[in-house]
Amino acid sequence: MYVNRRAPHGTIYALEGLEVVLIGAAFDQDVCMVFIGDGVFQLKKGQDTSDSDIKNFSPTYRALGDYDVNRLYVERESLEDRGLAGGDLMELTWEDEDDDWNEKPSIQLVSRQELSDLMEAQDVILNF
Amino acid sequence: MLHTVNKSPFETNSLETCLGLAKSGSDILLIEDGVYAATVGTTVSVRIEETMKSSRVYALAPDLKARGIRPDQVIVGVQLVGYDGFVELSVTNETVQCWL
Repeated sequence: MYVNRRAPHGTIYALEGLEVVLIGAAFDQDVCMVFIGDGVFQLKKGQDTSDSDIKNFSPTYRALGDYDVNRLYVERESLEDRGLAGGDLMELTWEDEDDDWNEKPSIQLVSRQELSDLMEAQDVILNF
Repeated sequence: MLHTVNKSPFETNSLETCLGLAKSGSDILLIEDGVYAATVGTTVSVRIEETMKSSRVYALAPDLKARGIRPDQVIVGVQLVGYDGFVELSVTNETVQCWL
């Protein structure tokens, strides 16, 4: 489980974290991602860095589904504290090969309590 | 005095410390991750609204755009500026304090 807690452009954490997830997934690790605190801003839709001369890596999150990273847990409390709701996030999907390649949403909104239980069930947890 | 804040208000107390010490009539410019403080409906938006009663609050538009924050998601009264506006604020104020 990769826990993402930083906003996307102010520091390098979000980009580096995403790269580590993609590398891990390429080696067939069974991974999921969590977005809490300012990490929820990573998934905000409509990011456009064309006026600020920095790399816009937000489209890269769309590749996660192709690497079988299809469990992206977003903490509902973190969204609410930041004036956001599920509709403010990018629409990320994956294709389920066991279900005729149907496209399914990757992002799941979870409560802090649910997230706490999910973390307890993990073998390895890495924070970015 | 111009105050610039570049950290998210949800991650550090930079904004809170700045607003606590800034005199009435200050210019407060939110840049980089600081622009998240300019958005509506957050745990700090009331604090920004209070500040605007006595000071001017600005947010750097390219940094809002990079973070997917549309102008209609910005608190009414927060003035959007570009890099030229940033320069203008820097030279019109006697001193600049960067709350890193």
